[in-house]
Amino acid sequence: MSENKSSKTLFDKIWDHHVIDNIDDSNSLLYIDLHLVHEVTSPQAFESLRLSKRNVRQPEKTFAVPDHNVPTINREKIEDELSKKQLEALEKNTKDFGISYFPITDIRQGIVHIIGPEQGLTQPGMTIVCGDSHTSTHGAFGALAFGIGTSEVEHVLATQTLMQKPAKNMRINLNGKMQNGITAKDLILGLIGKIGTSGGTGHVIEYAGDAIENLSMEGRMTICNMSIEAGARAGLIAPDQTTFDYIEGRNYAPKENWDEALKFWKNLPSDKGAKYENEKILEIDKLEPQVTWGTSPQDVCSIKGEVPNPNDEKDLNKKQSIINSLEYMGLTPGTKLEDIKLDQVFIGSCTNSRIEDLRAAAKIVKGKKVKIKAMVVPGSGLVRQEAEKEGLDKIFKEAGFEWRESGCSMCLAMNADKLKPGERCASTSNRNFEGRQGKGGRTHLVSPIMAAAAAISGHLTDVRQFI
Amino acid sequence: MEKFKKIVGIAAPFTRINVDTDLIIPAEHLKTISRQGLGKHLFSYVRFNEDGSENKKFILNQSQYKNSAILVTGKNFGCGSSREHAVWALKDFGIKCLLGSEFADIFYNNCFKNGVLPIILDTNKIEKIINIISSSETSELEIDLENQFIKTKENKTINFDILPYLKKNLLDGIDDISKTLEKKKLIDEYEANMKKKYPWLGKKNG
Repeated sequence: MSENKSSKTLFDKIWDHHVIDNIDDSNSLLYIDLHLVHEVTSPQAFESLRLSKRNVRQPEKTFAVPDHNVPTINREKIEDELSKKQLEALEKNTKDFGISYFPITDIRQGIVHIIGPEQGLTQPGMTIVCGDSHTSTHGAFGALAFGIGTSEVEHVLATQTLMQKPAKNMRINLNGKMQNGITAKDLILGLIGKIGTSGGTGHVIEYAGDAIENLSMEGRMTICNMSIEAGARAGLIAPDQTTFDYIEGRNYAPKENWDEALKFWKNLPSDKGAKYENEKILEIDKLEPQVTWGTSPQDVCSIKGEVPNPNDEKDLNKKQSIINSLEYMGLTPGTKLEDIKLDQVFIGSCTNSRIEDLRAAAKIVKGKKVKIKAMVVPGSGLVRQEAEKEGLDKIFKEAGFEWRESGCSMCLAMNADKLKPGERCASTSNRNFEGRQGKGGRTHLVSPIMAAAAAISGHLTDVRQFI
Repeated sequence: MEKFKKIVGIAAPFTRINVDTDLIIPAEHLKTISRQGLGKHLFSYVRFNEDGSENKKFILNQSQYKNSAILVTGKNFGCGSSREHAVWALKDFGIKCLLGSEFADIFYNNCFKNGVLPIILDTNKIEKIINIISSSETSELEIDLENQFIKTKENKTINFDILPYLKKNLLDGIDDISKTLEKKKLIDEYEANMKKKYPWLGKKNG
């Protein structure tokens, strides 16, 4: 991280631009350019701020939106008293401290990691934080973006800075051509299966290689979003023309300073010869659609695979973990994944609820009928509006999907959208943890098109037969 | 923040790997605007049965470990969601210190903001400690942060490493924010400089 290092990584550059003070070798004071706030991890921070009579240093660099806890139907009157209290607290806190706020009545409301990029708030070279681990999503723009706890939320509100330990650099090259039926979600699931859920701990992962360069911004966001599922502090992708084209013209994007900003952004990618503490390569030519079978995102394999046998695992802790997972998931070793019957399908979350995701899923379901309960929760009011303009809502509704309003919904089951104990769901979200989609609920993580195929067939299905 | 200097308490082995913060405190308990009172929901999905009774198999429900102050954890403890509620719930339950071979980054940070000490040790040291605390006569440990050691009932000591500034924060119970606010001048200068260098940042609607 030293200034005199001649070749720097993208991470080194962003870090160096934001260091206010190096307190010691393992601790620096970093400036934060953008602070995103939601209703669940912020009330305690605002409360402490009040108690200590402190103010928000930069309300103009702070944006708030309710997403985790909002209902996705009947939003006029929120029935859940506790949820209502949290939403009211956010509204009051943003008003008292002069923070921009998109309430549920605003078309711009949506999942915090969907609306940052959508509004043009997310820009290359920035430091972005939010009290939410999936803040890593914004790394797709070449911004250093990471999740923080509530005490750190308070720290950023009060000082617009954070004390941070430098991360190690890791580069993962994804090389090759994505075959038909393969999406960004399959790339990241396949990668997590390979490096494991703590494979990135202590590191910022920079994704590179032709597979990444050829991805749209939406696909890149899906990849960076799940960096946290590989244990990484953040994910990063070098900004390029795809990035700039996405940003240009958005609400909060630079306007009169556009050329100046562009010049700066173009100098951000890692220098030739920059050093990484860790480098990995993933060849993706032969990658098949991925699906998780267990209770950790690393419990993943090809849809053509089968439920693993714990007896094949030599490491005792891992073996026990597989036994626990299979017991929770109600699965028997050797079962073909395609034979696993489902109760529900969920298309949504900050991983996969953008317009491209909905377009791709709609293409699969068009003219067909779902066999099980299925719902689509668009990532934001604007995504929903665009989908309706394109007639995607009609395709989904005619196929039997529920068409909901935006929020985190069944990704974490804080609102009424949740699985009942024992219910099994193919989900486009990011976590298949025990109870994540409701106590006793069983989650299989898949891409949006795999979820669409599963809804039509009623069991886990290889989407390639529908393409 | 509460200071952490030295504690003596029962240590419970919870060796499951990849324990995520959803397991520590499920999302349904996050509908709160307070930091207090989350201990009753700690590990609720695995600690309690359907009918609300205690799951006797769960480690913290076993009589020997009911009053644990220390949790010995499996690899990658605290992964997943950034929710600080996980640390609040542990602390409210009475857990003041965690031992493990690896903690997830955000969870690790969150511990220090709440006076909870996470100690990283080699896997073989963790295994040794698990063996020792598995017997009810020796499940008590002493944790001395000042001198950076763990002492067993049989007076064996195990040293541990910790970054100096994290140690100091816990020992002094320092509030990070007041420390940062002392650097207000540096922050002001940075912002003034940034306005010149990156004029497009922090502007509303472009």
